[in-house]
Amino acid sequence: MQKSPWIIHYDGSSCNGCDIEVLAALTPMYDVERFGVINTGNPKHADIFLITGSVNEQNKAVIKNIYDQMPNPKVVMAVGICACTGGIFRECYNVLGGPDKVIPVDLYVPGCAARPESIIDGVVKALELWEGKRRKRTGRESIQT
Amino acid sequence: MDTLTLILYVAFAPLLGGLLAGVDRRITARMQGRFGPPILQPFYDVVKLFNKENLVVRRSQTVYIIFFLAFMVFTGGIFYAGEDLLLVIFSLMLANTFLVLAAYKGSSPYSAIGAERELLQIMAYEPMVLFYVVGIYMASKTFYIETIATTQHPMLIRFLPGIFLGFLYVLTIKLRKSPFDLSTSHHGHQEIVKGITTEFTGPSLGLIEITHWYENVLLLGMVSLFFAPNLWLGAGVALAIYLLEIFIDNACARARWQFTVFSSWVVAAVLGFGNILALTLFG
Ligand code: SF4
Repeated sequence: MQKSPWIIHYDGSSCNGCDIEVLAALTPMYDVERFGVINTGNPKHADIFLITGSVNEQNKAVIKNIYDQMPNPKVVMAVGICACTGGIFRECYNVLGGPDKVIPVDLYVPGCAARPESIIDGVVKALELWEGKRRKRTGRESIQT
Repeated sequence: MDTLTLILYVAFAPLLGGLLAGVDRRITARMQGRFGPPILQPFYDVVKLFNKENLVVRRSQTVYIIFFLAFMVFTGGIFYAGEDLLLVIFSLMLANTFLVLAAYKGSSPYSAIGAERELLQIMAYEPMVLFYVVGIYMASKTFYIETIATTQHPMLIRFLPGIFLGFLYVLTIKLRKSPFDLSTSHHGHQEIVKGITTEFTGPSLGLIEITHWYENVLLLGMVSLFFAPNLWLGAGVALAIYLLEIFIDNACARARWQFTVFSSWVVAAVLGFGNILALTLFG
């Protein structure tokens, strides 16, 4: 089980509710750095791509670009109901739906807004997925230097 | 100080440096009212990095990083083997130059700005580092670290209080602590993403991390040289100073490069040159 998930957080067209909850997870109250989580602003350093909000015509290229810049193995996590399905913005003329319309999404964290507890739970699940992908990529059973 | 310390340095400096980084992160978290990651977290990070893909803009990037590591180990090696202090300073500069070149190779705006800021940082701390060497020479009459460390003479810091304080000032730049973490910062976000390390992924980022551990142990060694021949006292003071740097890191916002360069030069001129002048006149 890997212990150092570095996250890149991208806000699609969310109402900012989920973003505040994601950032709340970094505060002293929840302190995700306990699990080695770092909220890096750099796709090239990230292991987990955390997306809040729905995807629209404007940001679909951005999401694709961030995804492509992340080195393998990587896990994509959709946080909040907007990122899962489009949520209440689903019917808007410019909204395509969740990020799974553009890139493969591995994990869906529901909630409006998603609670910090469930976001942390999602990250822990993402770690298991990450480990599986790493094994597939390197062919090695356990993590090694 | 001989081959034994050299071997100890090459083998254990990354361990010590990594542990220091872990303690640093834990103390930082506690200062911010958080619990913080495990002490071994930096090692988990590096192990993970070596399991990731090495995504590069240009392949030569990684070559430069390997040189960065090699020259850092070489620099620390000659320091801990008790060789020439002058050589240490100049090969340390060479090692850092390789990091700057690697960042330029990344050719993204962020890593280019990071590289430029790193050059400004080098410009800021280099005068004080040169005064450090001159001061140590004037107080001990030799450049050979082994002779400095083993000959019985009054503690060097008694002649070099100004240079000691000035060196602490630029140590903040070298350790990449706020307010002087312009080119890259070990905290999550920065206005230029990750600055100089932006374009490095996986294994090459891991190598940069390990090189910083080597560098930090070397720098703490340079601090403890002020207390020669009483090196154990020096090591204790160096660790205390590292704690002080963590505190400064958490208490300060990032400064602008103008302030960084100007203030370091003023410190070098007043404390560094002033100390040397005093040694020449009354020494
Ligand atoms: S799920 Fe709710 S809180 Fe989150 S972005 Fe959508 S509307 Fe806002």
